[in-house]
Amino acid sequence: MRYRLVVMGASLGGLNAMQVLLKSLPKDFALPLAVVQHRDKDFVDTALPALRAHSLLPLREVDDKQAIEPGWVDFAPNDYHLLVDGDHYALSVDELVNLARPAVDVLFISAAEALGPEVVGVILTGTGVDGAQGLQAIAARGGLALVQDPATAEAPGMPSAALACVPQAVVLPLEGIGPFLARLT
Amino acid sequence: MGEGSEADSARQQEVEAVEVRLLLEGIRSLYGYDFRDYAPASLGRRLRKILEEEGLPSLSRLLEMILHDPAQMGRFLIALAVPTTAMFRDPGFFLALRQKAVPLLKDLPFFRVWHAGCSTGEEVYSLAILLEEEGLLPKARRYATDLSQEVIDKAKEGIFAAKAMQAYTNNYARSGGHGSFSHYYTAKHDLAIMRPDLAREVVWATHNLVSDGSFNEFNLILCRNVMIYFNPKLQERVHHLLYDSLAMGGVLGLGRGESLLGSPHADCYRALDVSEKIFVKVK
Repeated sequence: MRYRLVVMGASLGGLNAMQVLLKSLPKDFALPLAVVQHRDKDFVDTALPALRAHSLLPLREVDDKQAIEPGWVDFAPNDYHLLVDGDHYALSVDELVNLARPAVDVLFISAAEALGPEVVGVILTGTGVDGAQGLQAIAARGGLALVQDPATAEAPGMPSAALACVPQAVVLPLEGIGPFLARLT
Repeated sequence: MGEGSEADSARQQEVEAVEVRLLLEGIRSLYGYDFRDYAPASLGRRLRKILEEEGLPSLSRLLEMILHDPAQMGRFLIALAVPTTAMFRDPGFFLALRQKAVPLLKDLPFFRVWHAGCSTGEEVYSLAILLEEEGLLPKARRYATDLSQEVIDKAKEGIFAAKAMQAYTNNYARSGGHGSFSHYYTAKHDLAIMRPDLAREVVWATHNLVSDGSFNEFNLILCRNVMIYFNPKLQERVHHLLYDSLAMGGVLGLGRGESLLGSPHADCYRALDVSEKIFVKVK
């Protein structure tokens, strides 16, 4: 298999988008999937259980130094940046990036540095520009850049910003992203 | 993106990796601080941020300055050692401490507390307030340590930005505080000065978790969001040190995103609060 990790970033509208996307990933999806979803403090209590109902794959919040392994959808915990460090995750409480913690750029740039061309980066709906630089880093190292078609996004800001940075990215409607990822494996 | 630019990008990363190694080796040889077992991804980010703030073109240039100017080394330590912190950061943690750890401490004639990695002191003052409200402050012998003297000097002062106080007041209320937070500090211009008696008995000292050993036996150790900056090998060392430094029945508080995953003594603890990562040493 060419790829070893899928990293995904979403902000406003992300929970609805994630429901659609997770529903279309098979139970035996062979790539680890790491997600940064901008959120408010109560996200863990309410949103993860709600998403679980839509996902065949188990969802969890990452603990520091947890192994990166397929068969899971791993979410950045509240108020921490999520990074890829070799074969495991790492957390940090460094400054906000793009006004966010967790920030999509932090996850994507660390993934590009750790895994080079073996990373798939996916930018979903959201406001702001977080993730654009990170997706550029992934593309620059030969990884695969994927962006939700801004026209199908609840908030087109983030996907549009990502496309402005990475014009060669693959653009897909929301419904097409899960099946596309499933075919990569 | 063409093959050529991919190669450029990979090469640039390789050069940076070499520079990081040289920088850390230089600092270790000359100043004795060993950062080689820090977690590479977050260390790399922070080094890049330092370059940006100092307006430097490369880590090689930073190394040159650090080697020839001890003051630059001091600045480097401060830049590395001050992550995000707040008073009553994660109010749920302090609430759990109040409800579940305080009853254990109340039974003791006196007890020792270690803030391992106290940074600029926010946690020390937060716990002091909690202990005072629970009537435990007179029984507490408190030790607060950090890597750098500069950071400790700042912590000792107990002076914070007044504009942070609103958020801290909110955290305090959610942490189960039963008084009025404004009772614990004096506002002066844009500064908030903590009540000096809160920290008067605290022993402040430099201690390097990378190289120093256990220095006492404690009934409560807080080491929150410190080990996330270490690689698994160094985490194992520090977990061993914390285990060695805890009395039987002593309480260990970690950050919300941390766990006993990297501890060689994970089976020697019982969880006092699973989600707030508070553990008791049981064997």
